[in-house]
Amino acid sequence: MKRQPEAAWKQLPNKRRIEGTGNPFPRKNRCKGTKKQFPMKSRIALFLMSLMLLASLSGCGAKVTLNVFNWGEYMDETLLEKFEKETGISVNYKTYDTNETLLAKMDAGGSSYDVVFPSDYAISEMIKKDMLLPLDFSRIPNYKYIDPQTKNLSYDPGNKYSVPYFWGTLGILYNKKMMKDPIDSWNVLWDPKYKGQIIMKKDVRDSMGVALKRLGYSMNSTSEAELRAAKDSLVEQKPLINGYYGDEIRDMIANGDAAMGVTYSGDPMDLYWDKSADFSYIGYVIPKEGTNVWYDAMVMPKSSKHPKEAAIFINFMLDPDNAFQNSETVGYTSPNTEALKKMREAYPEIFTMDAYWPSVEVLKKSEVYVDLGDVKTLYNQLWTEARVE
Amino acid sequence: MRMLAWPYVAWMGLFVIIPLVLVLLYSFTSGDIHDMTTWRFTLDNFARFNEPIYIKVMADSFLLAVASTLICLVLGYPVAMIIARADLRYRNLLLMFFLVPIWMNFLLRTYAWMSLLSPNGLINRLLLSVGLPKLEIMPGQGAVLLGMVYNFLPFMVLPIYSVLSKIDRHLLEAASDLGANRFLTFWKVIFPLSIPGVISGITMVFMPAVSTFVISALLGGGKTPLIGDLIEQQFMSDRNWHFGSSLSIILMAVILLSMAVMSRIDANQPVEGRRAA
Repeated sequence: MKRQPEAAWKQLPNKRRIEGTGNPFPRKNRCKGTKKQFPMKSRIALFLMSLMLLASLSGCGAKVTLNVFNWGEYMDETLLEKFEKETGISVNYKTYDTNETLLAKMDAGGSSYDVVFPSDYAISEMIKKDMLLPLDFSRIPNYKYIDPQTKNLSYDPGNKYSVPYFWGTLGILYNKKMMKDPIDSWNVLWDPKYKGQIIMKKDVRDSMGVALKRLGYSMNSTSEAELRAAKDSLVEQKPLINGYYGDEIRDMIANGDAAMGVTYSGDPMDLYWDKSADFSYIGYVIPKEGTNVWYDAMVMPKSSKHPKEAAIFINFMLDPDNAFQNSETVGYTSPNTEALKKMREAYPEIFTMDAYWPSVEVLKKSEVYVDLGDVKTLYNQLWTEARVE
Repeated sequence: MRMLAWPYVAWMGLFVIIPLVLVLLYSFTSGDIHDMTTWRFTLDNFARFNEPIYIKVMADSFLLAVASTLICLVLGYPVAMIIARADLRYRNLLLMFFLVPIWMNFLLRTYAWMSLLSPNGLINRLLLSVGLPKLEIMPGQGAVLLGMVYNFLPFMVLPIYSVLSKIDRHLLEAASDLGANRFLTFWKVIFPLSIPGVISGITMVFMPAVSTFVISALLGGGKTPLIGDLIEQQFMSDRNWHFGSSLSIILMAVILLSMAVMSRIDANQPVEGRRAA
């Protein structure tokens, strides 16, 4: 009985015993007389001093970090490493999924981006709202490689603020095995034969645009009657569609979850380049009514803290080798004439594909989105109504 | 000891109170979101909600949330009971099985369901290969409901489990001594005692369910937008923070009202319990 307290104490788990003694290390684990322990306060001071030393060392190089904000899967990210190696400027790379997200993030403030990649209509809105810095072209000599046809477009006359990055189209991605007839018109997306096999894009401009174009109106229409007609036709189409999706559409079509979906021209190219499986059953068509031709361009937001380095970055992306490598990986059509030359040598076959090199006739019937100004509210409202009804 | 509370007060102020005040301000004003001097007091944002489409979206969200909460309750209560009754050695293991999925990112889990349920997904290929008809629930309300129940079930099981595991076994013995059979013991003793757990389970499932937007976008194909989708759209694509904020306030009001109703039931419970005893 006398020994019980001691026995109970011994039964305590090891940890408890250690805590109880206030000793972080059990005695037996400590080597005898190895180090003289510094008192706690001076240890903290030492730690802080070493931290400061480290900070000052890294400060020596005055390393600049650029905040680059781009669309998802829209850059060969090995180029970022190359850029860091060549220039010593590091890049903080983040991605977004729609122009609206980019605008919302820039609008919300609190973040400073140095280079972003908006599309045409978003650029004109940014210019109108004075959100961009004019580019210093003396630092961007590679601008000379840009195809004159992609310069001086309506969204930024004279290219004061933007340098084209890629361009492409909106079209129908389809699974050849699941289609009964060849397709050449937006009407196929309203064909009851394909009930449940159609995927629309979860994007106000693209879905309203397709509906407008199918009815023979402009994709930039500001007429309320035309917009209401477009909305009605989206409502009419709703029972036929599988769903409204974004970046998921490519994989859903490739997987056979639906026969066709509205996508950007990069998606068929992605599947074309992907050699992990045979995607020859995937097709892409630009409907005969014409479509949206879009340009994504590099711009510098006003909030940029490193405009000089941002210009170096833009110039780097325009280098023919880099632009070629980027177009090869991402799949979209480069506006860089030298890169295009290299592409034509390496992959002559893609210049016969609608997705990479659309025909001149169809481009003539196509439109670039323009900033809608106040009519945007009506677009948004009708788009919400179309999805709820 | 008072000093220790300050970090929390500062935290709450910074990340709960100020944002809430901002949302309230936005909801009652109109104008340029960056320039407070252009803000004008208005009730238009709330008046705009009074349109059939928004009412429909709110009703859809509410019904789906109620349905998924009920399903979670029906599925979760027995599970909580099984775990609470299990041998002490296995209890933590069983609980682990329920918690492990939560360690994974919510978005990833929902994408996983997408590739399972999609028309040509894993489940359907399996069904087809054994000659069964296809399961056609995705995209649709069925898949959304499934996604909600899957994602929120642990939040129902845990609070009920923690209440059940603390019930004094002597009460159950007393009940059977007094002649109650197992069903009566459950109905008159266990269930009334577990009501607080049920209430907090319902709260913890209902709140995220009524405001979710990812599940309906991915598993529902965006064909039946929920109130969460609408709020996201106001902030991310339409950039109408004023209307988005008023939608958030309305959603908060709906949640608070539902909670108030629930807490009344909670408050009444002990009285009834005593009467029953």
